[in-house]
Amino acid sequence: MNLARLSLAYLKAKPLNTVLNLVLLALGVGTVVLVLLATHQVEERMGRDARGIDLVVGAKGSPMQLILSAVFHVDAPTGNIPLKEAKQLAQNRAIQKAIPLALGDSFRGFRVVGTTHDYVTHYAAELGAGRLWQAPMEAVLGAETAAGTGLGVGDQFVGAHGYGEGGEEHGDAAYKVVGVLRPTGTVLDRLVLCNIESVWFVHVMPGKHEDPKEVLASLREDEQEITALLIQYATPIAAATLPRLINSTTALQAASPAYESARLFRMIGVGVDVLRAFALLLIAAAGLSIFIALYNAMEERRYDLAVMRMLGASSGKLLRLVLLEAVVLALVGAAIGLALGHLAAEAVGGMLAAEKQASITGATWLGAELWLVALAVAVGFVAGLVPAWRAYRTDIATTLAQG
Amino acid sequence: MISIEGLRYRYGDRQVLALDRWRAEAGERWLVLGASGSGKTTLLGIVGGLLRPSTGRVAVDGQDLGALSGAALDRFRGRRIGFVPQKLHLIPSLGVDENLLLAQYLAGVAQDRARVAEVLGALGIAERARARPAELSHGQAQRVALARAVINRPSLILADEPTSNLDDAHCAQAVELLESQAAACGATLVVATHDQRVRARFEKRIQL
Repeated sequence: MNLARLSLAYLKAKPLNTVLNLVLLALGVGTVVLVLLATHQVEERMGRDARGIDLVVGAKGSPMQLILSAVFHVDAPTGNIPLKEAKQLAQNRAIQKAIPLALGDSFRGFRVVGTTHDYVTHYAAELGAGRLWQAPMEAVLGAETAAGTGLGVGDQFVGAHGYGEGGEEHGDAAYKVVGVLRPTGTVLDRLVLCNIESVWFVHVMPGKHEDPKEVLASLREDEQEITALLIQYATPIAAATLPRLINSTTALQAASPAYESARLFRMIGVGVDVLRAFALLLIAAAGLSIFIALYNAMEERRYDLAVMRMLGASSGKLLRLVLLEAVVLALVGAAIGLALGHLAAEAVGGMLAAEKQASITGATWLGAELWLVALAVAVGFVAGLVPAWRAYRTDIATTLAQG
Repeated sequence: MISIEGLRYRYGDRQVLALDRWRAEAGERWLVLGASGSGKTTLLGIVGGLLRPSTGRVAVDGQDLGALSGAALDRFRGRRIGFVPQKLHLIPSLGVDENLLLAQYLAGVAQDRARVAEVLGALGIAERARARPAELSHGQAQRVALARAVINRPSLILADEPTSNLDDAHCAQAVELLESQAAACGATLVVATHDQRVRARFEKRIQL
């Protein structure tokens, strides 16, 4: 027998109260954990995807749409831009690196990106099998794409126009898989990579058995388009001049991933804040519930408390007993909440993965969760203070005599 | 064992108890008599260290209770004094054995399951060790309360109205158990009662 076992015995003696308190606390803690895990992982992921990309240049339209489509590959592109103009821009001395992207197709929900080998090196991706593309209609798959489609080196597939599943298929223009990348933890994992010419070729809708080289050679210059240009500055000063230069003197649009991501997070942030506030409210309600349960329990248990004093317990020991009961409840509730939060994150991750989106996982822990446990324990402690004080002040002789 | 001088206990401005002098020697069996409200329970509370007298000197087992601090008095009560309260007040959330272990734990002595079994066996309720207080008959519950009082081998056992609500046969049995258990641990026994049936069994009495 000790205080902990005594606390547990009392918690078990009132199962409904105990369950209510645990559920309230677990829901609150679980929601906070889910919000923490999701925002942390999404921010981290977006940070990785946008790392080293200072500016994105594309067709006029919504700057956020441009960033979402060209950097994170989630939205539809704003349109195309002439390759010639992009090439001219890339000559600018303020630009160190410019990676062209040609978008518009997908394969079973995984986006096809026409680009250069720079795109692969930008994310420091390594080949897990095969080689990088060299010729038109050769494709390299990201790790998740390969796993999700079951394709490997040597397989062939036909892309579909647009991003929904079941889009119009590009007839007989089949890609051949020549390589598969190792997982990078970036958006690259969920893409199909090829050269820009492949995308052009597919879009002129060639007939059967046409040779890509002939078709491509016949393309007029104004038919040669890309969707976006990912730019890395040569000098920090470029940030002050280049976007304005592009936006005011060309028909192109320049957007900053850092700025647009921050804007996006500010917008999502409101929803996240509301969710977090709701969760904290739940935790506060759990605290109130624990307080009421213990307060009433002290009334029912005043004989028990008096008997314990009779048996030699000091008033301080009763104080500790009641506080311990509240804290044990809070700890168990927090533990269940942590488990719930991680399971929920894993479940949400599964749904996102099914949508071919950047997924989140519950199998990771954040330092902030320790603070959350500390918060729950503090809530339990505060909720137990007044009931514990009542226990401390129990008038033994009078209570025993009342019976 | 018990030495009281000039004891007064006031509750508000009402004097509940006045006892000028009482001495009980170790191993004696005493009866505290008086009508309801005469201060019997208060006297047991003071002797047992549950209440502090308004004035007067109380010593138990050679210890001046007034000289003990709160926590020291709690410790003294847990180790030296066994109470059998009128309403037995077993802890309902704990089993019979756990109620006895709790008495050992709260008194700060080693928890000894063999001792628990021994006491329950001596009182003939060994097979009820795992039962909850709510599952016990009144007679069984009273034995558990007695077991709890003697588990730490106290030097003084205080029983408050141990025979109320008992028929004649059970009344005699309850008193016999009290006496035998007190004798078994060499404790002084003080029984507060207004039950005339108990009177004949005790030679030493004080009347309040």
